[in-house]
Amino acid sequence: MQSLGDAFSMLGALDHDVMAIAWLSLRVSLSAVLLGSLVAIPLGALLAIVTFPGRPLVVAVVNAFMGLPPVLVGLIVYLLLSRSGPLGALGLLFSPGAMIVAQTVLAIPLLAALTRQIVEDAHRELDEQLRSLRLDVWQRIRVLVFHLRFSLVVAVLAAFGRAISEVGAVLVVGGNIDGYTRTMTTAISLETQKGDLPLAIALGILLIAIVLVVNGTASAMRAYTMRLYP
Amino acid sequence: MAVLRRSLLAIGVALLGMAPTLTPAASSITVASTTSTEQSGLFGHLLPRFTGRTGIEVRVVALGTGQALDVGRRGDADVVFVHDRAAEEKFVAEGHGVNRVEVMYNDFVIAGPKSDPAKAAGSDILQALQRIAATEQPFISRGDRSGTHAAELRYWQAAGIDIADAGGDWYREIGQGMGPALNMASASNAYVLSDRGTWLSFKNRGELAILVEGDRRLFNQYGVMLVNPEKHPDVQATEGQAFIDWLVSDEGQQAIGDYRIDGQQLFFPNAGATQISQ
Repeated sequence: MQSLGDAFSMLGALDHDVMAIAWLSLRVSLSAVLLGSLVAIPLGALLAIVTFPGRPLVVAVVNAFMGLPPVLVGLIVYLLLSRSGPLGALGLLFSPGAMIVAQTVLAIPLLAALTRQIVEDAHRELDEQLRSLRLDVWQRIRVLVFHLRFSLVVAVLAAFGRAISEVGAVLVVGGNIDGYTRTMTTAISLETQKGDLPLAIALGILLIAIVLVVNGTASAMRAYTMRLYP
Repeated sequence: MAVLRRSLLAIGVALLGMAPTLTPAASSITVASTTSTEQSGLFGHLLPRFTGRTGIEVRVVALGTGQALDVGRRGDADVVFVHDRAAEEKFVAEGHGVNRVEVMYNDFVIAGPKSDPAKAAGSDILQALQRIAATEQPFISRGDRSGTHAAELRYWQAAGIDIADAGGDWYREIGQGMGPALNMASASNAYVLSDRGTWLSFKNRGELAILVEGDRRLFNQYGVMLVNPEKHPDVQATEGQAFIDWLVSDEGQQAIGDYRIDGQQLFFPNAGATQISQ
């Protein structure tokens, strides 16, 4: 409890370094979720409306990959981006770019699986209408994704939550370099290791506050656009 | 729909605009080093001086010595700065590192519960370990191939104790860094071997205190080397060598000796001096 009290008093005195760390966390995770959404929402919607042999298996695999261990993703991305690995020439390892790649890989299955479920449920109801419009697959996906845009926001927020809160992947591929790849979660982990529990808790509270602000902003935008385009 | 598409596009552009630069800045090097140098704050003290003098930015990835050498082996760092001479010499012999020089030393201590149930306190590391083993008091081992872990295993061997065969649940290998090992020792009132720097900057000590220190065998030599640019063409050899040269220069050595926590000197510069026996 002593630690918790110290933590709150520290929040009042957040310095420039902590703000830079919070900002890095935010841009890495938002970039990863944006890139992941561009790939996973169309793919998830496609998977929702097409039928092919083995589809239940693909759905099961995508669902299961929502639980990919971040540290495993980190290790695989590390091996790919290492100078000795296939993508080593990019020189991305131990940089914010590497962290975006790893978190994008983490976000994609979650986004695809949730999109698939949301779109599939709606598609069942709208199937006949869509048929009567004689739309091709891509047109249907566009109509469905637009129609479901407010529900899909939840999938995007879930992916953001997964990205900004994970430590295993960014630690391995980013290296927790002071002033360059240190994020909120790797900083919390580092301060815990150094036994500075009040500072670790203060950073944790700040991280939760950031997640709250992002979710609040998304809700506000959603409410606003719903009023404009009901 | 057009409005939504336009606003989505605007958000996308804004996000990508905030995306961090994907390629590293021109004049920067990556140094694979150990938690003891990073977490003690030594790099925070040294690097601004080096960068101020040369304009070269240094990015430190802090790992155990074994992992740091592995990062060097894969060509993912330009310089390796660690403390396990046997492993360093192997690294150089394999052709992964060149120009190894010794930079400084610090010392290890045994921390343990103030009540000292094993009666280990004193200045003889081997006797302390023998007493801990004889009384089967809990001992936390890093177990992570770090330089500190390698040193610990050497001390057990010198004390005549076959730790692999010791059995019992008093000897606990946790496979983690110095900080977690100290946290665990503090939580379970166990003995632990730590480098002095990490101990001094560690805040969650609980009932732990330094019990064994001052044995010459506890001195811990740090070496620095360039990752071999012939083996790994992406290595920034000029900038990396500049960092090594600065560390062993009068200015660098002075800066290392000046670093203090609570008035205590943590690292003792000894580049070019007589070697400290392990």
